[in-house]
Amino acid sequence: MPGSETSDRILQAIYRAVDAVNEERPKDQGLQKSPQTTLFGKGGQLDSLGLVSFIVEVEQQVEEELGVSITLADERAMSQQKSPFLTIRSLADYVSLLVEENEAGKR
Amino acid sequence: MKQENDKPVMLITGTSRGIGKYLVEHYLARDFCVIGCSRSPATHEPVGGYQHFQLDVSDEVAVKMLFAEINRSFRRLDVLINNAGIASMNHMLLTPAQTARNILETNFVGTFLFCREAARLMKRKGFGRIVNFATVATPLRLEGEAVYAASKAAVLSFTEIIARELAPFGITANTVGPTPIRTDLIRSVPPEKIEQLVERQAIKRLGEMRDVANVIDFFIRPESDFITGQAIFLGGV
Repeated sequence: MPGSETSDRILQAIYRAVDAVNEERPKDQGLQKSPQTTLFGKGGQLDSLGLVSFIVEVEQQVEEELGVSITLADERAMSQQKSPFLTIRSLADYVSLLVEENEAGKR
Repeated sequence: MKQENDKPVMLITGTSRGIGKYLVEHYLARDFCVIGCSRSPATHEPVGGYQHFQLDVSDEVAVKMLFAEINRSFRRLDVLINNAGIASMNHMLLTPAQTARNILETNFVGTFLFCREAARLMKRKGFGRIVNFATVATPLRLEGEAVYAASKAAVLSFTEIIARELAPFGITANTVGPTPIRTDLIRSVPPEKIEQLVERQAIKRLGEMRDVANVIDFFIRPESDFITGQAIFLGGV
């Protein structure tokens, strides 16, 4: 997995995506910037359209932060036993995995 | 005169010639900041407000790089016009598979990629206008144009559906379906074939570039925010 500095930058990129989607949500329904925040699925705070918006924002923020273009919602993500979109923590772990693979591909 | 950063930003594909080249001049004259692209180098004289990129519209990496550049330079995109397209007139029995693949890649996959990347940029502002290109060859079921017409039928169906998917983000998506216009695209079509086609239109004349621009003008107006998923075929087809 990427180093802790990269993991921090990924988490910050995700939090900026949270800020962006919160701008379009009612004030009392904003997502919390915490690894434990549930996103989608049981107890999740995003509906399917909200998840689409959020994924697009995360991809853009990760690209701006790390210069890495990733695709979050592909067949692989959908076939994971545990959805990467369950919480901010699981999403950050999945982004880390994709970033790591991207870096390995460049070596 | 608007400041550069106040001007609406428009991206047009396939701007090295034909309708695309005409549209660049049309919208520069209407105070848009215009970005164009084509597989060949720019054919426009360097002019303020216009930037040209050389790429293949079906090359995903190149398309993503173009949009990253637009994001860096403008932080916005107001209008996308997916004009780039190729045709190959041939009987279905004589059409190589590679020709079919090339037509689908440019006409459909290219349109898909540009719509996807444009919508990502447009949704940030909660505003966007997408205009895709169909053809009268589809509703006229034109013999000799089976693959071309099918690729544009895919664009038509795609546009109708993304209109619904993008509506929550303030983005409209519509289609213009030109009749034959004197461009390179119909250069190799025999004149009698063009005459037969024109005879099947309600208004029996060749199309003009301005006919296409007129429909696009309508689709992209701010007042057209209740018009989406629609197709307008020229000539009364």
